[in-house]
Amino acid sequence: MEDVRLLIALEWALPVALLLLGYAVGRRRERQHMASLKERERILSEVLVTNLKGLPAGWQAGEAWLERGEVVISSDAFKTFAARLRGMIGGRIHALETLVERARREAIVRLAERALEKGATHILNLRLETGNIASAPAEGQGMVAAEVLAYGTAVIARQK
Amino acid sequence: MWEGAMILTNTESVPGHDIESVLGLVQGSTVRAKHLGKDFLASLKNIVGGELRAYTELLNEARTEASRRMVDNAISLGANAVLNVRFSTSTLTQGAAEIYVYGTAVVVVKREEGG
Repeated sequence: MEDVRLLIALEWALPVALLLLGYAVGRRRERQHMASLKERERILSEVLVTNLKGLPAGWQAGEAWLERGEVVISSDAFKTFAARLRGMIGGRIHALETLVERARREAIVRLAERALEKGATHILNLRLETGNIASAPAEGQGMVAAEVLAYGTAVIARQK
Repeated sequence: MWEGAMILTNTESVPGHDIESVLGLVQGSTVRAKHLGKDFLASLKNIVGGELRAYTELLNEARTEASRRMVDNAISLGANAVLNVRFSTSTLTQGAAEIYVYGTAVVVVKREEGG
């Protein structure tokens, strides 16, 4: 009898513990990431990122090349659980919205950082591609991750 | 590497250059296994959240490889630039992704200053 109770307790305790762990650690990591993004996004005042096809008037183009920034960010146990629950009743999944937002901002910042390193002043024709949010749902327990690629044409330009 | 020898952009021209001739479509692709579910570290990350660095790196390498193949293709046509480059990813089977990159191979010449 004791053994059975222990088994049942374990069977419930483990997923709940993982959920709590995911909630606590995941939330902290998300906050840290948001803070780091806010800091690093200042770079965007040094490199002008647009999805226009040409330079603004008054700029003379020098070198140009294709630059990329990419990132894959995993969801945490709590977000995944909340998303599955939401999936059953439908509606807005806030937990995944912030996940994709983080991935997108991170990809753009990386793109800008790499371009700036090589002296770029502008990034033209920015394109964002988002991969599968939930990939490989093998045996019903797929991984939930946001995969974002940002790319564009980096240009070293000087004012005429 | 090929960087520097070949100009890649995803705009319809190279800033500061004129297109002399258009040679046609060039492409490159590579297929990579995702191994996401089998990766122990990735499963841990799936509990606490955070970047899957190994996977980011995998995709980065795959895109570099696909681009290299596209550039090889462009070199064989005698191009010095590839314009309007697009990346695309497709899932072939569970756990395998195809990274595909394509663009238009052209010959460009640097525009005269003030011209």
